[in-house]
Amino acid sequence: MRVLKRNLTAYGFLCAALACFAVFAWYPMVREFVLSFQRTNLVDPPAWVGLDNFAAVVRDPAFGTAWLNTVAFTVLALVCGYAVPFVTALVLNELRHARGYLRFVVYLPVMLPPIVAVLLFRWFFDPGPGLFNQILGLFHLPGLAWLDSSSTALVSLVIVSTWMNMGSATLIYLAALQNIPPELYEAAELDGAGILARIRHVTIPQTRLILMLMLMLQIVATMQVFIEPYMLTGGGPENATVTVAYLMYQFAFTYGDGYGQAGALGMMLMLVLLVFAAFQLRLTRDEREVTA
Amino acid sequence: MISVGARATERRARERRRPRPIEVRFRTIVSPHQLNSRWGRRIYWAVLLTVLTLSTLAFVFPLYWMVTGAMKSGEELALMPPTLVPRAPTLDAFAEAWELFDIGLLLRNTAFYALGGWLVTMAVDVSAAYALSKLRPALGNVVLGAMLATLMVPPMVVLIPLYVTVSDLGLLNDPWGLWLPAAANGFNIFLLKRFFDSIPKELVEAALIDGAGPLRVLWSVILPVSRPILGVVSIFTIVTSFKDFVWPLLVMTDSDRMTISVGLSQTAGAVPQNTIMAGLVIAGIPTVVVFFFFQRHIMAGLTAGSIKG
Repeated sequence: MRVLKRNLTAYGFLCAALACFAVFAWYPMVREFVLSFQRTNLVDPPAWVGLDNFAAVVRDPAFGTAWLNTVAFTVLALVCGYAVPFVTALVLNELRHARGYLRFVVYLPVMLPPIVAVLLFRWFFDPGPGLFNQILGLFHLPGLAWLDSSSTALVSLVIVSTWMNMGSATLIYLAALQNIPPELYEAAELDGAGILARIRHVTIPQTRLILMLMLMLQIVATMQVFIEPYMLTGGGPENATVTVAYLMYQFAFTYGDGYGQAGALGMMLMLVLLVFAAFQLRLTRDEREVTA
Repeated sequence: MISVGARATERRARERRRPRPIEVRFRTIVSPHQLNSRWGRRIYWAVLLTVLTLSTLAFVFPLYWMVTGAMKSGEELALMPPTLVPRAPTLDAFAEAWELFDIGLLLRNTAFYALGGWLVTMAVDVSAAYALSKLRPALGNVVLGAMLATLMVPPMVVLIPLYVTVSDLGLLNDPWGLWLPAAANGFNIFLLKRFFDSIPKELVEAALIDGAGPLRVLWSVILPVSRPILGVVSIFTIVTSFKDFVWPLLVMTDSDRMTISVGLSQTAGAVPQNTIMAGLVIAGIPTVVVFFFFQRHIMAGLTAGSIKG
């Protein structure tokens, strides 16, 4: 009786959360699967169409480009967004002055609403009076077309993305670096290890798990890139910046009643990302074993 | 005795000649000894200066450009090369932006969604975490696992089915369409539960013996000792909701219900550059102010976030 009562109170406290998760987290996952086999305009009852949605998505002229762009964006964003924060954190951790200021400044862009960063950079990228071409002009370099040229548009998006996101990775690395026991460096130094050797044999092995974890997190996050192409290029020029998430949005809201196709494309993206998420899960488990 | 005293004076004299050593409170890659060697100091100051300059240029200068851009006239903005300091700084663009974008309304909307979302999220997630941590129902771990599993699902992937669900429920253009999905946050529940787990059982049992019911225990025992984690979760919930773009873009489509991010994005194409910048400055101020005052909480939450799972 007492056990029953305890369970009843507990589920009383849980019911709001259970309802929220059921309707807005668990059900949409199922709905995603179902949706990809249906045609619906949200008004009439949905019709089953088998694999038609998948076929339509694959036949879309932008499909291949979108995947290539997403992979290219992810790789470029990792080159900047992965190495740069780690090196920044390494350097910041060595400094003994202005630490508070530097941490504040690095994280500042993360705090801004993304729309602010994106619209600000749209102005910087302006080929005429934009800041970036002005700076190139200062060094007597020719200006670039930035967002207006299919060869530089994707790189421009990577620049915005790195600027507004690198702060959080930097601070996470910084926290990891501060957890390294100083004795390890002292021991390495006694063994005659120079600075580079200490980074290689102490710093990197000690932060290996968080480095791997952040790699997975960043791959998953950047593969969902949407706001940059949506606001800055609209997928252009010549589809050079159409990403999978942006194409999904277009299927659903621009092409008209393509929720099913968007769902099908979402399923494909999910399968790819789940592989990385599974990796991440395993790494988190490893890390918990290490820290426990 | 005398020789010790003499040595001390000698040492003091030497210290006066040598510059003050760089203080090292914790050991890192470079050893304190290396750092305070002659070349170590020179390199250190050079690196410090470079890092300060570079990070200010990279992260502060763009914001300076945004603020001063909003204070320049349209003609001045078109100048080549641009002026570093506005010639005749004016706040006209801010007034214009306020009118054009209807920023007062957008800010009110955004603040209302953020605060309402915060209340709903806290009520739902705190009680769930309390139940899972202290009341420990049957299958509690299964429930927790299912909630944490949602963290593995990339948000963009469930965006469309979530939109379809919210639309089926008739919650489009309704603040609940923002609040309820936000409350289904596995990470909040994880953080709160982990903190509640660390509260000693004796504290709860003592209150129960005094005849307090479970709600009373939550309100008068658990919540007062959980201030730090409640602060972290609150700030993150409010800031995330304030910054959110994609979901409000889909859900709040009526022009008088838009958030500030969505409102700016919809009008920005047809507005002079200085007016856009003024709008951006206004949109950026609230989160930057929050960051300024709650830096510690935010950074603590960030590093807690890195070991989620």
